[in-house]
Amino acid sequence: MGIIEVQNEIIEEFSLFEDWMQRYEYMIELGKSIELIDPSKKIDSNLIKGCQSKLWLHAELTNNRLIFKADSEAIITKGIAAVLLRVFSNQTPEDILNANLNFVDEIGLKEHLSPTRANGLVSMIKQIKYYALAYSKN
Amino acid sequence: MTLDVKKIRNDFPILKRKVNGYPFVYFDNAATSQKPSKVIASITDYYENYNSNIHRGVHTVSQEATDAYENARKKIQKHFNAKYPEEIILTSGTTHSINLVANGFTGILGSDDEILISELEHHSNIVPWQMMCEKNGAKLKVIPLKENGELDYESFLKKLSEKTKVVFVNHVSNALGTINPIKKIISESHSFGAAVLIDGAQASSHLKADLLDLDVDFYTTSAHKLCGPTGVGMLYGKKKWLEKLPPYQGGGEMISEVTFEKTTYAELPNKFEAGTPNIVGAIGFGYALDYLNEIGLEKIEAYETELLNYATLKLKSIPNLKIYGEAKNKTSVISFNVGKLHSYDLGTILDKYGIAVRTGQHCAQPVMDFFGISGTVRASFSFYNTKEEIDYFYESLIKAIAMLS
Repeated sequence: MGIIEVQNEIIEEFSLFEDWMQRYEYMIELGKSIELIDPSKKIDSNLIKGCQSKLWLHAELTNNRLIFKADSEAIITKGIAAVLLRVFSNQTPEDILNANLNFVDEIGLKEHLSPTRANGLVSMIKQIKYYALAYSKN
Repeated sequence: MTLDVKKIRNDFPILKRKVNGYPFVYFDNAATSQKPSKVIASITDYYENYNSNIHRGVHTVSQEATDAYENARKKIQKHFNAKYPEEIILTSGTTHSINLVANGFTGILGSDDEILISELEHHSNIVPWQMMCEKNGAKLKVIPLKENGELDYESFLKKLSEKTKVVFVNHVSNALGTINPIKKIISESHSFGAAVLIDGAQASSHLKADLLDLDVDFYTTSAHKLCGPTGVGMLYGKKKWLEKLPPYQGGGEMISEVTFEKTTYAELPNKFEAGTPNIVGAIGFGYALDYLNEIGLEKIEAYETELLNYATLKLKSIPNLKIYGEAKNKTSVISFNVGKLHSYDLGTILDKYGIAVRTGQHCAQPVMDFFGISGTVRASFSFYNTKEEIDYFYESLIKAIAMLS
């Protein structure tokens, strides 16, 4: 599935929820099923800045697709990371670089995040794009 | 000795607002206090009616502004019971005050001297002294914490010696709420000839500090912690110390005569108030003290202790909830964690319910390191909070825990 299709799928899933509580509960569930980063990769250089809780992100290129793995001490942060990984993991670096992230606003992720966490979210997206840039062919 | 909390709540316009669709419950009072209408009105009144630069102005409005600014200094002097108004230096806040004192001691201390600070300190209290030690080679010694959040007094006595030149302790810990036995610390330190600086930022909204009775050398606080505006605070210094310390910043107001060969400094307090000060901040600070004194700090302290005991008992009934810092004497601050849940998750869900608490390290990493944790949730109560709000906080916390577990 391409990035646009995955985003639409997520937007549809989140549109079913009536209030913030359901959205958060779902995000927490997603966090529990995240592809966990290898413990040996939980190093300071893989830490995302701008988050109050520790959040690690790592990427590897396999068959020209970037596989992202993450973990966080905080379960909500982990849930946000899980949503982002669903969109970006297993995509080509070029597609990631060109991706337009309309889903962040659409699912009410951004408006429901505190400023500090919003920064963590922004930093996470930035780091994902950096990985894509580093691995892109151009 | 009871407070009319309903009436008091009407004095704080912000308490009427909603957050995320719920009534706003503000339990982040240790970070900053809310402001009563009286203080807000004093700020508007200044800008609308007598805004002018102070001192040296011959015109009427400048004189009015100067009088109001100097009157604020006198209110502060009276409130804290200092001997002279010029012993009250108006600073931008506690951090500024501490830097002013640490900078002042840079040229006075050398490599044979020691300064003693507590493990309970806020980052802003540690860094200025580390910077000073880098410059003059003085040694920084630490008074350790005990498991219950109190300072290890025995260790303090052991570390105190003729080499100790400055002792620096907070009156109340921001992370745990521990009230330190400052009177004992001051007199013990004086018997070795050491000067004592007390950070009262967390104390001033809860406790009355009588500076003459304490016989403290320096004492500092920030107005915004006690219902006043941000960006203004006070440094009290005994006259003999303030005369001895060199000026911190150069600029207008702090000079007496300037030629290119030599500048002579102004008398106290202007020597330490370079540039145009935070005039409106100082005025608001004065009004905040008026407001607190109308209610009475003793009444405030008694009511806040009631809130603290009520909340402590309720929170302790929650399984796996651990409170950090249970000193015998503490202010209305509860720092806690629940099982393995991250403080950040709890804070985020509580915010969704309209409840403001602080999460993280509270700028006191050494305290967190002592307990081997990365942070806590900190709920801090003020005299405008109620038991009903604590009940709502308790119920919301239970829901948050269920959601996150």
